[in-house]
Amino acid sequence: MNTAIKRILFLIVIIGIWQLVFTAGIFEEIVFPAPISVAEALYVGFADGDFVGALGASFKHLFMGLSLAILLGTMLGVILGKSKQADETAGMYLIALQSIPSIVWVPLAIMLFGFTEFAVVFVVVLGGTFVMALNVRSAIHSVPPQLVRAARTMGTNGAPLFFRVEVPSSVPYFITGIRLAWAFSWRALMAGELLSNGPGLGYSLRYAQDYARMDQVVAIIIIIGVIGAVVDQLVFSKFEKSVMRRWGLAKS
Amino acid sequence: MKNVGKTFEDQEQGSFQVFSDIDLDIKENQFVSLLGPSGCGKSTLLSMVAGLESVTEGSIMLEDKEIKKAGPDRGMVFQQASLFPWLNVKENVMFPLKKKLSKQEASERADRFLQMVHLSRFKEHYTHELSGGMQQRVAIARALAMDPKVLLMDEPFGALDEQTRHILHEELMKIWEETQKTILFVTHSIQEAIKLSDRVVVMGTRPGKIIADFKIDLPRPRKREDQQVIELEKKVMNLLEGEINKVLKEELSHEYSH
Repeated sequence: MNTAIKRILFLIVIIGIWQLVFTAGIFEEIVFPAPISVAEALYVGFADGDFVGALGASFKHLFMGLSLAILLGTMLGVILGKSKQADETAGMYLIALQSIPSIVWVPLAIMLFGFTEFAVVFVVVLGGTFVMALNVRSAIHSVPPQLVRAARTMGTNGAPLFFRVEVPSSVPYFITGIRLAWAFSWRALMAGELLSNGPGLGYSLRYAQDYARMDQVVAIIIIIGVIGAVVDQLVFSKFEKSVMRRWGLAKS
Repeated sequence: MKNVGKTFEDQEQGSFQVFSDIDLDIKENQFVSLLGPSGCGKSTLLSMVAGLESVTEGSIMLEDKEIKKAGPDRGMVFQQASLFPWLNVKENVMFPLKKKLSKQEASERADRFLQMVHLSRFKEHYTHELSGGMQQRVAIARALAMDPKVLLMDEPFGALDEQTRHILHEELMKIWEETQKTILFVTHSIQEAIKLSDRVVVMGTRPGKIIADFKIDLPRPRKREDQQVIELEKKVMNLLEGEINKVLKEELSHEYSH
């Protein structure tokens, strides 16, 4: 059977079970909305432009935060990758920082910058930077020494060696780094917005909860999930695969 | 005609002396093989000529200039082709020419050497689309494109299958006759050394040193069945057998003493 058909059938089954649980009346309606009312909330949200505005604000935060995270992470990663001294000193702390869930930074961000959009961006930056830095570091470490030796016998040293051999050789890992930075930043964004004063998708989510609009809550959760999957599958996965093929790291 | 003179001496790694007091003088246009059992330091020696390893004692000279670091006057071909996967075949060959030649000159020169290794048809291919033998030919073209004074080859055909190796032997001979390059060729195959070289330098182990230096004056192409080739092979084989036994004995006694 076609993969697409299998996936659609699976979704129908899930929605069917959802409807069954709803009809059985296990939970009160105000806590557990019917599939149809969630679909309606989705439609109304987009038709009114509420979700569109929230999405726009979220993407603005994400874009700013992720760009900064990629920039900072790359710089950090290059320093740690190139300097053994720096890596021995700070490498371990980077792993520690990377393992901190981004929601933990939210209180700090709010205390530092208040309930502003910048506080959200700050959390997004922290969410993406460390994972980016770790990937760039291992990208530089994984440059095959054979290629460096070959380049040196051709009289390539110093900066040209870095830009003509080490950088292009790192590209596949760099792309993986961006993909992971996006995934981490997306989570950080939601955590930050959930506790912010808006606008943003996370803020809309909490707002809907405050007014006990569970249909909207579920609708927003669906939007968050769909965007995450779509960006990962359609943008990064494809991009990563084509780079891997080009670099000869994957079978075509 | 300038003579290419080289003198090697000592190399110490930690307290481990790979080899010492190696004196070798190689004339221009010669095809010289370094032959020896693994661990005799023949590859290290070649890396030192390339400038990838430092020289701990003595000095290596290329046309009266001391070798301090790697440079484009010595082209090197490694056991793995070491091509850049993000560049296509032609771009790989043009890599060392960038900034030294105009784009057009570089392109023409790359074309010429790709033709020499019979890969003109594969110019636009990426390196991972080529077989091992083809990749190695690209590596040879890349090294030659720099127009080096010496071509250093570190077991360049060691990872290839028998058939491909034979084809590449013949191609290398043609290239050598055409370009008149000095070639220093490291191998552990006695047949390969005798088939290709003007001169075979045999190295021994513990400590690494030169134990024999054969001149080979047989006409090319050389056949394996040739009586003189067989005799030479036997001679070298006997020499090396002693060396290999020495290593084995040492390893075994090491084993027992533990």
